[in-house]
Amino acid sequence: MSSDLFIAIFTSTIVAATPLVYAALGELVVERAGVLNLGVEGMMLIGALAAFAVNASTGHTGLAYMAAALAAALLALLFAILTLSLQANQVATGLALTLFGLGLSAFLGRNLAGMPAVTLQPLALPWLRDLPLIGPLLFRFDAAVYGSLLLYWAISHFLRNTRAGLRLRAVGESATVAHSLGQPVMRIRYAATLFGGLTSGLAGAYLSTALTPMWVEGMSSGRGWIALALVVFATWRPARVLLGAYLFGGMTVLQLHSQALGLHVPSEALSMLPYIATIVVLVLICRNPKTILLNQPASLGRNFHPDA
Amino acid sequence: MLKWPLRLEKRAVPSGSLRLTAPLLAVLAMVITGFVVFSLLGQAPLQALKLFFITPLTTVYGLGELLLKATPLVLCALGLALGFRANVWNIGAEGQLTLGALCSGGVALFWAPALGNLALPLALVAGTAGGMAWAAIPAWLRTRFNTSEILVSLMLVYIAQLWLVMMLHGSWRDPDGFNFPQSRAFADGLLLPLLWEGQRANWAVWFTLVLALMSWLFSSQLFAGYRMLVSGEAPAAAAYAGFSERWTIWLALLISGGCAGLAGACEVLGPIGRLQTTISPGYGFAAIIVAFVGRLHPVGIVLAGLLMSLLYLGGENVQLELQLPSAMTGLFQGTLLFYLLAADLFINFRLPLASTPKVRP
Repeated sequence: MSSDLFIAIFTSTIVAATPLVYAALGELVVERAGVLNLGVEGMMLIGALAAFAVNASTGHTGLAYMAAALAAALLALLFAILTLSLQANQVATGLALTLFGLGLSAFLGRNLAGMPAVTLQPLALPWLRDLPLIGPLLFRFDAAVYGSLLLYWAISHFLRNTRAGLRLRAVGESATVAHSLGQPVMRIRYAATLFGGLTSGLAGAYLSTALTPMWVEGMSSGRGWIALALVVFATWRPARVLLGAYLFGGMTVLQLHSQALGLHVPSEALSMLPYIATIVVLVLICRNPKTILLNQPASLGRNFHPDA
Repeated sequence: MLKWPLRLEKRAVPSGSLRLTAPLLAVLAMVITGFVVFSLLGQAPLQALKLFFITPLTTVYGLGELLLKATPLVLCALGLALGFRANVWNIGAEGQLTLGALCSGGVALFWAPALGNLALPLALVAGTAGGMAWAAIPAWLRTRFNTSEILVSLMLVYIAQLWLVMMLHGSWRDPDGFNFPQSRAFADGLLLPLLWEGQRANWAVWFTLVLALMSWLFSSQLFAGYRMLVSGEAPAAAAYAGFSERWTIWLALLISGGCAGLAGACEVLGPIGRLQTTISPGYGFAAIIVAFVGRLHPVGIVLAGLLMSLLYLGGENVQLELQLPSAMTGLFQGTLLFYLLAADLFINFRLPLASTPKVRP
């Protein structure tokens, strides 16, 4: 393999993995607080649409990312109100959120399909980007890629080393016990859910401004669900989310480079790979019931209400 | 700031009357939302609502379309509801539907001459079996390897759709079809007979009604159905009684997969009449909403299926008449489910601010 091809595969893997990193890290925080939000796909789509719309009309990518985070967080707020305040079933509400996000984004984005947009540009890192091999390999990404690594660092630091992170984990393990110890369970779960919405929005924004800079109905094509699977794959640990996301990123770009790699398989078969890999990975992780039992937040998906 | 503003009081017994009125409340809220959305879009709201909800039903053809679109929704939802009641979350009905279409289409394309009169029934059976086989994958993985059936069944949706596209770009493509990714049209004798002339609804309606009846019998009259219900409502009690969890999961997934597969078969052997890259406009996902709005009960599901079908027709109609996007349908569907989930709060809780607490001696 020539070094050019290697660089191309490596960088496109990182880029393809970035939305997964954002979405899965956010969902990890949500689940560590004991909330299972299956609406990642819907929030990603709303984020992608908001980012695209702002980007196409103002040409300002920073603003586009903010709009995406805000729009998706609004959807997460809806989920939080329904499941936390109104005690709706989390699985059903998450599904509803995905279906709603799909419908709403298709509806609002009806006039945006086919519009040109500004692509997120690589960060201008003086002289670092000109280093031989390392430059093109590591220092020619856009800001969002570096942002995802920063997010990873912040989340693992938050969960492991801060008091607030400990409280969040306590709420996820047992909401009742945390409540009886005087922890504001509702407030913590609201905050975690909103944070998950925010990052899903950023994931969507990356789709429609960097990965495929355009708006297409349902353009996340299951990435939100793959992010959910990644959290299980990672046994709720941030470092493994990162690893998993890059593995999946590699899987999705295989199709782009299949010609250069000399693979003669129908493109649809290659497109199936990430989905098949998700299933295989889930089987490998869940095969041992103890892995899940020991790592899954104990009150994941269970509703809690201080009055009930 | 996010201090709990709403005080809830758990009802001693879930309210039965609200269980039935909650869907009606949700529909009402959806129509009101529609009123607001149409106004915001600069349409005369009442006129638009009439075009959306009433006009499609004023012709015989329209009524046929209502039944035609309700059939796959109800078929999928009947199976899904059985699983949801047992806490088995098959959300991949869309994939099982696609595989059902693929299998029945394969029979119709390649074995029809050899099978003669049996071709149509066997194509239907093949579709059902295909859907079952596709649902057996999450069932096996869940019972054997403890993987989430939610994620597996959903991943299989994408795989099934890509598989169908792959076949239609490959050996199943119509040789005289100008390279369109679609198969040859099936022979006339292979299509399901129409209910009556001048519209498109076919015998699939009868299958659906029979299955709705069977589903009611199963869940309310048979011990097997009772066991599934207990597994969903009280897993610990089910385990104590010795009801097998594996058995529940397998049964729920096989039945829902079979129903979805049959729905897919009826689509290609009915209105579509060939294989093409998109078989359904998301019936498998909309069926999740149908199942919930129908209270997971066969009668409710039939009614909810008709309503959801009307949402598709209404969406098409306002697109045609008012040049509004047909994505309105998805918007209405999502909102409806949200309102229902919110309204469900009042089944189990009450807001004490409405009544002063009674003090008993």
